[in-house]
Parts: sequence; structure tokens; C-alpha cells
Amino acid sequence: MTQFVKGNEAVVMGALYAGCELYFGYPITPASEIAHGAAKWFPMLGRTFVQAECETASINMMFGAAGAGKLCMTATSGPGFSLMQEGLSYLAGAELPAVVVDVMRAGPGLGNVYPEQGDYTPAVKGGGHGNYQVFTLAPASAQEMCDFTMLAFAMAAKWRTPAIVLVDGLQGQMMETVELPENETPAPDFSSWAAEGVAATRGNLVKSIYLDAAQQEEFNIHLQEKYARMQEDARAETYLCEDAELVLCGYGISSRIARTVAEELRAQGIAAGVFRPVTLNPFPRAQLADAVRGRKVLAIELDAGQFADDIRLNLAKAGLGAQAADVAMVHRMGGEVVAVEDAVAAAKAHLAK
Amino acid sequence: MKTIEQKGMYREFPRCGKPHARTTHYCPGCGHGIVNKLVAEACAELGLQDRTIFVDPVGCGVFTYYYWDAAHISAAHGRASAAATGVARARPGAVTIAYQGDGDLGAIGFNNAFQAASRGERFGCIFINNSLYGMTGGQMAPTTLEGETTTTTPYGRDPALTGHPLHVCEVFNQLQAPFYIARVSVADTKRIMQAKAAIRKVFELQRDGKGYAMLEILAPCPTNFRMDAQKAARFCIDEMEREFPLGVFRDRSAQAGGEESAAAPAQGSALAVRPVPRFNSCAELFSASAGAQAADGAPERGAGMARLSKELRFKFAGYGGQGILSLGLCVAEAARLENLHTLWFPSYGPEQRGGSASCSVVVSPQRIGAPSVEHPDVLVCMNQPSYERFAADVKPGGLVIVDETVPVAKEPPEGVRLRRVPAIAMAEEFGVPKAANTMMLAALKVCKATGLADASLEEALCASFKKKPQLIEKNREIFHRAAKALENRNA
Repeated sequence: MTQFVKGNEAVVMGALYAGCELYFGYPITPASEIAHGAAKWFPMLGRTFVQAECETASINMMFGAAGAGKLCMTATSGPGFSLMQEGLSYLAGAELPAVVVDVMRAGPGLGNVYPEQGDYTPAVKGGGHGNYQVFTLAPASAQEMCDFTMLAFAMAAKWRTPAIVLVDGLQGQMMETVELPENETPAPDFSSWAAEGVAATRGNLVKSIYLDAAQQEEFNIHLQEKYARMQEDARAETYLCEDAELVLCGYGISSRIARTVAEELRAQGIAAGVFRPVTLNPFPRAQLADAVRGRKVLAIELDAGQFADDIRLNLAKAGLGAQAADVAMVHRMGGEVVAVEDAVAAAKAHLAK
Repeated sequence: MKTIEQKGMYREFPRCGKPHARTTHYCPGCGHGIVNKLVAEACAELGLQDRTIFVDPVGCGVFTYYYWDAAHISAAHGRASAAATGVARARPGAVTIAYQGDGDLGAIGFNNAFQAASRGERFGCIFINNSLYGMTGGQMAPTTLEGETTTTTPYGRDPALTGHPLHVCEVFNQLQAPFYIARVSVADTKRIMQAKAAIRKVFELQRDGKGYAMLEILAPCPTNFRMDAQKAARFCIDEMEREFPLGVFRDRSAQAGGEESAAAPAQGSALAVRPVPRFNSCAELFSASAGAQAADGAPERGAGMARLSKELRFKFAGYGGQGILSLGLCVAEAARLENLHTLWFPSYGPEQRGGSASCSVVVSPQRIGAPSVEHPDVLVCMNQPSYERFAADVKPGGLVIVDETVPVAKEPPEGVRLRRVPAIAMAEEFGVPKAANTMMLAALKVCKATGLADASLEEALCASFKKKPQLIEKNREIFHRAAKALENRNA
């Protein structure tokens, strides 16, 4: 079955197929259609939609629901995402699975409601306090907003971690055809750790506090080992990279622009390809290194260079320090989107250097 | 030595990690210790330990999970009521109890507690008021008495600088939803017995699935009062009770609780446990709302016409209310019916309130890359500002269709065709002034601007009136009339 829906609506569809039972949210443009869809569809399936009093409440309601062993989610945009950072740290600290969708708008501050990718660092590195990470996925179409929301629930449950679905306002508003999943995911069993209000879970304790420094360090080491293992689920997509002399790197909406730019460059006789991280954390470092080794790299992004810096960091960590120093960037901010012709020009300029 | 069993508490407190297995972390004379005992007793005596989920605060009460033998969730500072909302919604069969202090609930988390009470969430909130921040070091809380000395009111709380004490029960008593609101004290034996009965009631209300309960408990904090235990208890009775009188503000425990119903709860009744499902599966739900599906083998659909061989980008613009967005959707839907890749997006946000509306559509035989339509192949304009804004960006070889009412002060770029169409006038002439967008769709058809089959455009037009079926035939008719009229003009 296919549906022609906004990316934001596709998120709700994916969440329902993934078995998400509770939605907690506070409206904010350009993410509000997710709340609208949840309010419309969750009750139809006997599931729970709660309009919270603020984003701080949303994320802490999720802490309670996840602690009680149920799959739950929220969706927001920049200012609301900022308010949720403390809660995300608590979720990570208590190792609770939950999904937050951030439909990015332009910032800082109130900014505006047009697309930006300026939330990269908090969404990918963990924007709250302490040594934690989140599992971050970057869809680039309405289909992926459905599919990756499902995947986010699966990864959140697998790794007992909050997962972020990171998109931008344009993708949220854009309608595309979505092929709905064949099957619904059965509810996972969290009874070994969750507080479910039944005899079997009476001894369970959900917490992020370790008053003893040695215990807290031990827990931190456990978390870091878990995050290292998450690398097995790192994903990337490449396009026309095999013979490329220049590889365009972008995620989400920027990866789509990169695709058109690569085609345009090829039409002009320049062998260009695209590397697109699908998971931003864990970052597909090995895949990046394979895709760009010995080639020029141009990052495309809708921010001040947060993503390009991460490309440089990952190249350096992969032992490609010289290439890291040579990464160029074409970008826009404030709600403006990189134009294909501007990126084509930037690619040519980078190759000519 | 014989260990005395304490009902509802663990036999020993290994989570506490003190050398003596039965030592608590509370200071001598602290009200929390008494309340902890009463809560544990009520939970055990009512046989609710298996069903209970405690939501613990940040503050001195954070470690109740050392003692109470039931499941625990340790929330963020101030957020126990929000977390308890999540717990109660996730596990309506559980007995959910939030335990909070006066900094936690009265200051940072006041709105979360207040809104949960206002919604009538199905949990009980046990709220310890000791007039200051205990664990953090005796700072002023919203409940600090006038003149009371704390570490952040070293000269005594001055209402001129810091306002007056916050009366949580009295504020919450303005709300409709709560079932039970009371203030008790644990400063002496008589008061402790009253507190015990009230705590039991909070559990019973949750056991019976009734609704929200707020129990404020005045408690001494000898350490931060800088008093011995007896003097601290006296302070509770003599000073705190003067500001915070004890009593039951509301007791609706005789009323019925929430049902498994989607109907709105009556005043003073509990929230519905959860909505009654109307569909059994996602597939059932979404097939009920699905639009037209592309026929199997749709690529062959336009047999006889050349299938769209290259990507086409469209921009539709005009005033809000002219049907600009649905015109774009029709083209996207027609492409979908031919199993082509397509996308549609509107101008959104404050832009949509300013009078002008626009949307972009991309149609392609291949996966679509960049979604933005910076240089449309086809621009449809129904007002002057849109023409002025977008006409110069049209691709060479492209097409601009404008309504005849739009003055064309400046020709489009070289190599771009301009077609003026009396869409608004024709719609009025046909007696359907709102259908100017249908006239434009006819113009797109006559100009062969979409690369899509005429039948697909017509079917998409009809599908766009799915929710107003009485308009389908009328629009189909005027679509044909308009197309014929425009063809005659051309000829």
C-alpha cells in the first residue's frame, strides 16, 4: 500500500508500525504535523497521545513511559530540542529506549521555521551533560522518514538508548510517495529491567544516579563499550563513487542536493560521486574512508560547518589526516538551501585548487 | 540481635551501602524517615507492592529506592510528575506514586505537577514541604516562611525581595480534575496517625483507578533548620502550620474512576484509561485513509503516449484561497498515478499567512535528488507578485502560464514561452469562481506542459474532490469545457 504524504506524517506511520504505544509532544513549526498525525492516528489504534505542557515535560513523560517498559516518542524542532537535552542525558544515563524526531529549523534562538541543519552537534554528539551518546539517523525522503523511524525504535530497543531521527523543515513539509511496511513490529520484552507494575518487575530500578564515584566510572565505561559496539550498525550510502575524482558528502536533504550536483558534474565531464552517512552516530567512518580515499572531498550542508568538521575528524581518525585538511565546504544558513549551480561551482573550484 | 521487620521496606538496605545494613541516609529527626515508614506500610498493608511504581525525585527523597520494596523510577529534578504521567499512561493498571519535595515540586517542577493535576493524571503525588531545599544545603524554597533564615535568605526571607510562600494545595484546589487534595504533618504522634490515614487514601485512590491525588506533608528538617529534632518538630507545628493550615481540601474518593472510554470525562472524574481502538492494525487504519493507488503495471498506463523521459520541475503561485496548493497536488497525484517519482512541497510558516501561497512539484522517471525548484520548467502564476518574484527564474525552454488579470510588465527571459490564460474569468463565466485552479489544470493539459497523460490529470482532479464527491462531476465538466475553449483560442 502506498500513500502520498508529508514526511512528518510518514514519521507517525513508521512509529505506529514500529509498535510505538505512546506519543508525548508539544507543537512547534515545522514539526507540528507529527503531533497532528499522532493525535489523529494513535487513538484510532487504542494508543496514547498526550499533548504535554512543554518540551521538558514531553521528554520526562517519555522517561516515565520508557522506564515503565513501553515504546514511546516525541517530535520537536530546534528550541524544543534544546529543552530536551537534559532529558536525553537522563534517558541515556538510565539506558532507556525512546525516539526523538528533530525537524530542524533555522537558529540560533527563535530563528525562523525554514530548513537548516544547525542541530547537528547536539543531535549527533549528545547535547546534554555527561559522557553519553545517542543513535542518530538521517532520512532523506518521506519513505525514509517512515522506515528510519521504525529503524530508530529497533536501534533504541537493541542498544537501550535514546535514538534521534534528524531531518529538516523542508523534508517535514514535503509530500512524497511512501510504501507502507508489510508488517508491524511486535512489542519488545523489557521486563528484565523496566518497572511495569507487576510482580515480575517489582525488584527493578530505573535510575541514572551512582553516588559512588567508582560505580559511576564503571557505568561510564560500560556505556562507552556499548557505544563502541554500536558501530556494527553504522550505515552509509554511496552513489557513483567508484571512479570519482571528487566526492560530495552530505546527509539528509543535503545528500539529495549532492546527488543532483554529482549528476550535473558528470554531465559536464567531471567524475563526481556522493557519500551519504545514513547513521550520523555511529558515524560510518570506515565507509567514509573507503569512499573518499585519494579523492577530493566537498561537504554540502545547511549549517556553519558542523558536519564538515565531523567529516574532517572522522577522516583524521581513519588515518587520512592529509585529506581531512583538504576538505572543502559549500553551505547555506538561515533557511536558505544550497543551490545546485552554487555547489557545482564550488566543486569545480575545489578541484582546480 | 533480632531484626525488626518493617512492612513494605526491604529487610536490609544494600542499595544504601552504609556499613550497618539497616541504617538510612536520613538525618536524625528528619520528616522523610517517618513518611518513608508510613508510605511503605500503606503500600504493604494494602497488598500493592507488586503493582506499585514509585517515581522518585531529586532531593533528599531521591533514595527511597533504598528502602521501599517495590519498583522504582528515579526521575530528573522537578520532573517526577511529568515522569509519573508517562508511567501512569504507559501502565494504567499500576499504582503510580510520585514522591517530591518543595524545591522539586514547588519551584523547578511546579508547572509539570500543576499541569498533571489539571489533566487529572492517574497517580498520587506525595509532596514533602519542609520549607527549604534539604539536600542542596538549606536554600530558600517557594515554601520558605516569611522571615525564615536559609542559606540564600541569610537575613530572613523578605517578601519585598522574594515574594510570599507558595500554597500548593490551595492553588491545586482551583483545578477541576483532582480527586483528593490534603495537607498533613508528621510533627507529632497525633499528626502522624492522620498522615498515615491520608497516605493510605492516596494508595487506595490509585488502587481503585480513580484519579489524581495531592498530599502535602509538612515535615521537619532539623539539619537545615539548625535545630534539634524536638525544636524542629515544634517549628512545624507553631510556625509552618500558621502559614500552611492542615486539612482536607477535597475528597471525591466516593466518585467513580475512569473507564476504558474515549468519551470526555465528566467534571471531577478520572481520565479514560486509554482510547478505545477503532482499527485492529496499522494496515487497516491506513488503507481506510489511502488515496487512489497506482494500478498494477502502471508504467504501461499511458500506452500510446511517450512516457515522461526527463525530470520536470513546476512552481505554482498565487494568492491563498486560489487553490494553488491543490493545483500542484493534482499534478503530483497525476504523476503518482503513472508510477513516476514525484514530490510536492508548499511554502510554509509565516509565509502562508501573508496572502501569497506557492508550492513546488517535481516529477521524474528517476529518483529525485535536490527537491528545491530554483529554476522551474513550468511556472503557473495567478497573481502579480508571484509573476514578479518567479518569472525571471524559469529555465530556458520553459513555460510561464499566467492568468489574464496579471499585468506582464516585463517579459519572461529569452527562450521562455508565455501563455496568458483567462482562468479566473472562465471560472466566473462557468459559475464556479473557486475553480480557477481547475481552469489552470486545463491550461496545463492544453499546453502539454506536464508530460503526463490527459487521463491521469483528469483522474487526479477527480481524486482531489474525494472528500466532496458532489463536486467531482461539475469539475470534470468544466475541466473539459475549459480545455475545449482554450484549444479553440489556440486554433
